[in-house]
Amino acid sequence: MKGYLRADGRKGIRNVILVTYLVECAHHVARSVVADSTDDEVQLIGFPGCYPNEYSLKIMEGLCSHPNVGGVLIVSLGCEGFNREQLAKTVEASGRPVETLVIQQSGGTRKTIEAGLSSVSRLREIADQTELVPMAMNELVVGTICGGSDGTSGIGANPAVGRCFDKLIEDDAICMFEETGELIGCEQIMAERAITPELGVEIIKSVEKAEDYYTRMGYGSFAPGNAEGGLSTQEEKSMGAYAKSGSSKIHGLIKPGDIPTQGGLYLMDVVPDGDPMFGFPNIVDSAEIVEMIASGSHIILFTTGRGSVVGSAISPVIKVCANPETYENLSEDMDINAGKVINGEATVDQVGEEIYQLVKEVAQGKQSKSEELGHQEFVLTYKKFEGIGPSCLPTIR
Amino acid sequence: MINKHFVLLHQADNVFVCCKQLAAGSLTTLETVEVAMTTDITVGHKIARTEISKGDKIIKYGVSIGSATQDIVFGEHIHMHNMKSDYIASHTRQSRTGEES
Repeated sequence: MKGYLRADGRKGIRNVILVTYLVECAHHVARSVVADSTDDEVQLIGFPGCYPNEYSLKIMEGLCSHPNVGGVLIVSLGCEGFNREQLAKTVEASGRPVETLVIQQSGGTRKTIEAGLSSVSRLREIADQTELVPMAMNELVVGTICGGSDGTSGIGANPAVGRCFDKLIEDDAICMFEETGELIGCEQIMAERAITPELGVEIIKSVEKAEDYYTRMGYGSFAPGNAEGGLSTQEEKSMGAYAKSGSSKIHGLIKPGDIPTQGGLYLMDVVPDGDPMFGFPNIVDSAEIVEMIASGSHIILFTTGRGSVVGSAISPVIKVCANPETYENLSEDMDINAGKVINGEATVDQVGEEIYQLVKEVAQGKQSKSEELGHQEFVLTYKKFEGIGPSCLPTIR
Repeated sequence: MINKHFVLLHQADNVFVCCKQLAAGSLTTLETVEVAMTTDITVGHKIARTEISKGDKIIKYGVSIGSATQDIVFGEHIHMHNMKSDYIASHTRQSRTGEES
């Protein structure tokens, strides 16, 4: 396996040029640069709001200095609140080429798009000089999420991802799972898996926070499709989702944008701190994917029962389908048929091994289905977090 | 799998999970007892492994996933119409309480 060596020592499995807009007003210009570029690995990300927000700056910094990223073009309208200077400084400090275009100073839409196309070519030339070096499994970061879950998710796909995670952690890779609102009911058993009792307490607190937050919002993290697919309650969905974490010890509790440095399993607390302020913790699966990528994930394992088709900018998404009927219907979108488990045609261990092998192949450059189909979904909105406490990342192993 | 339509996930469970669709009226044998489905059962849905009384915990994966809101007979479909969360209410497109989906 080989990776693109970045200045901070991390290695990437892709070499993407990002075009990022910092307010909705700059979206069209940024999108046009990406659309008009002949470079397949130029991707669009962005932030819609005009008010500044520490969280979105931190996430954007994490994304623009992600190991899979080789260069960044920042597109600003000019008067928005996003701290473009800070973002550019962070990217520059990460050793990547970065250019900023301010529409109000660049002669408007057409001229900024033209300037953007030249920027992207320059960034690509520099990114292409990045050295490809040997990369080991313990340098890989893999996140997992479930979306469009149904009554089959917890039987086939989620436990199989759990087995894959166990194998990756044996290789000393970093693995992360998330969505504490979908782990309601699992807090005690998770706490028992923490490497220190103090971390266990933090995990329980994070799930209690999620329960309180979702209760105040008036909805659990439970979609109509979950019910149609046979899931009746939040805790039933949780127990299925929890299986994605496998059986390893939990090494830490991180928040979006925190980047683990030691191999092991990490839980990401995605529910904002304090009183509900900006709405639902995660408005859609893609927002959670973006957070795990900002925390360094090279690859996302996405399990589904009803059948999600999403991918992501920056990091490949591998789709694992639990429901055999869905797999038949949406096979072009699915990388792994975990429906074989419920059909009795394969064991959870066998499907787990299949996922593990595909992770290696995708890390070596093979395109996942969502990549092939051009999926590059991206969502980033407002949130508010406090930093993690000292018990959340114990250093003992 | 206990037959080609249902799987028992944990010995402590009081539900079976459907892995192959079964139409209302169809007969199926659940651990030696034959029972007729009173409604269509689709993949991922649950039916009762035992008689369950109102207020009893519904056990799946060996753990509680909520409580029965009415008495449930052997082989009956278990879903939002006869069970609820012990944590937070579920919702469907039409309602928050899950009366109709």
